[in-house]
Amino acid sequence: MQTVSLEAMFRANKQLSRKALAPFVTAGDPNIETTLEVLEAIDRAGASLCELGVPYSDPIADGPVIQSSYTRALAAGMTLDGLFSLAKQATQRVQMPLLAMTSYSLIFRRGIERFVTDAAAAGLVGLVVPDLPIEESDPLDAACREIGVALVRLVTPTTSPERAEAIARKASGFLYCVAVAGVTGERTALPTGLVERVKWLRTKTDVPILVGFGINSPEQARAVAEVADGVIVGSAVVRHLAAFTTQPRCDVVREIEEYVGQLVAAVTD
Amino acid sequence: MPSPQVTPTAISNVPDALGRFGRYGGRYVPETLSAALDQLERAYEDAQADPSFSAKLDSLLAAFVGRPTPLLFAERLTAYAGGAQIYLKREDLSHTGAHKINNTLGQGLLAQRMGKQRIIAETGAGQHGVATATACARFGLECIIYMGEEDVRRQASNVRSMRLMGAEVRPVTSGSRTLRDAINDAMRDWMGSVETTHYIIGSVVGPHPFPRIVRDFQSVIGQETRQQCLRQFGRLPDTVVACVGGGSNAAGIFYPLVDSPEVQLVGVEAGGRSDKAGDNAASLSFGRPGILHGSLSYVLQNEDGQTSDVHSVSAGLDYPGVGPEHSYWRDAGRVQYKSVTDGEALDAFDLVARREGILPALETSHALAWAVKEAALRSQDEILVVCLSGRGDKDAAEIARLRGLTNSEIAD
Repeated sequence: MQTVSLEAMFRANKQLSRKALAPFVTAGDPNIETTLEVLEAIDRAGASLCELGVPYSDPIADGPVIQSSYTRALAAGMTLDGLFSLAKQATQRVQMPLLAMTSYSLIFRRGIERFVTDAAAAGLVGLVVPDLPIEESDPLDAACREIGVALVRLVTPTTSPERAEAIARKASGFLYCVAVAGVTGERTALPTGLVERVKWLRTKTDVPILVGFGINSPEQARAVAEVADGVIVGSAVVRHLAAFTTQPRCDVVREIEEYVGQLVAAVTD
Repeated sequence: MPSPQVTPTAISNVPDALGRFGRYGGRYVPETLSAALDQLERAYEDAQADPSFSAKLDSLLAAFVGRPTPLLFAERLTAYAGGAQIYLKREDLSHTGAHKINNTLGQGLLAQRMGKQRIIAETGAGQHGVATATACARFGLECIIYMGEEDVRRQASNVRSMRLMGAEVRPVTSGSRTLRDAINDAMRDWMGSVETTHYIIGSVVGPHPFPRIVRDFQSVIGQETRQQCLRQFGRLPDTVVACVGGGSNAAGIFYPLVDSPEVQLVGVEAGGRSDKAGDNAASLSFGRPGILHGSLSYVLQNEDGQTSDVHSVSAGLDYPGVGPEHSYWRDAGRVQYKSVTDGEALDAFDLVARREGILPALETSHALAWAVKEAALRSQDEILVVCLSGRGDKDAAEIARLRGLTNSEIAD
């Protein structure tokens, strides 16, 4: 098996009249082998793509669930070399395209060219860099375009319409519409105005729009999928990873597969 | 309001429109915070153009803080060193006992201009927390302080003061449970509360425009020092020394002097237990350029860019990063950065307590340690000014504990 491109995936989804379900998984929590198994389970469950969270010591955009997961992964010895090796193995074993979500701190330290080259060589199709606003993104943007890796942009509820248009113009791969102002983590209700915001964004860009932050239930996923091209689910998946310390690995992997399967069903017509 | 008239090539003519000090600074934050940082930048520019803002701040600095703070000749310390004349810029005499209040009053007034009623802040030594709680009490604003659990323990008296003034102190239990983790949690709070909340960052760190705003509010220290030296000596000092954690007291006293090349400027970092990674908090001495807490600056990281655990006996210097303007000054060769160990700082604390009748903060004790050592090598005509950034009452219990540990170790 081999991962497909983002474009091919979105095209296929259109033909299958389904929306993209994009789980987020911390790379290396609790270890690389288990992450590989989790990715295979998510792929079997029908996820369209997957974000690999790159553990970072100071993740200011993340709530307690992902923060703790990053801490566990770093304590277990996860490194950038480990991430690229994991991605390289995973892209041979799953069909869904993989992206890395990473702090710009890590990209800057490794060197922009080197980071993007390593990512492409590992088969990663894109980067999501939540702490890199458009004002600072030209160097990474240039490297990503040169090497052929998508740089996914984020718009949030606090982004002004003018700024959102400027961000949308720079979007590649897909546009990440952040559902709530705040850190990552599960919320019970969909925020008001989200549907309108996605519809408005739709008029400003042709790239697919995925919605994330705060989504954990099939009902929420279904409602978002009505207007967006896909849904990103992070903390709700990562929450399961914590169970690896107390439960048998196969049970936890099965639970994740079932959970993602329910979400996939919710975004499929 | 400080608005120095400078030539375009002057070293003080930073940051640029994107918040760059040379290559350093900038704004590496989640998109959610962009709008609030833009709003803050506009509010600050409006305030600078509004004479009533500086009038209000100046009157508070005079009657509420007690400015100008004196420049004291440290007679017995000078005699001890036997060289250059040592003068102390007495920020410890400010209301709340440190320079931090200069910034919190300024930012508190900005929060009011922006119509924000809720204030959050991080604190390490607790001095910024106390100064923020004080400004909030004065202005009638809600106040939440994030403080690492380890710092809550070692700076307990400041925690009590904050609570007495109505602030809520939230102990931070993640990571190393110190200043860096407190900043992380304050930023996370801000991510979800940004429309109603202002984050009063306590040092010249963080995303643009914070490093500039905090530097400007702290520049009152350097402006007064400049005037006091000209009045008392008829010239500028030969050397000015300040401790550097994030670097706000240093930026405040240095900035009005950076365009005067005859004045040597020295920042003193926390050398901790040793030069080994993890044993100190001296980012400019042992770190390299990287990104932490929203700006590009020298930082102590591992080879992947993960922030290193750091150590200093002083909670206020126990931070793996430093303000971007210091990185700019370092690379430009305008300011020299040195480091002083825990032990040297503790010895300087004792020395200044016994010879001058002043308990300096452990942070400040780092600057004093270097200054006394250096003064001994200089001629008696030279004038050396130390920014006495804060008082050390808050450290009395921790010092007693550390001395106790040493004694019992000796007893073993």
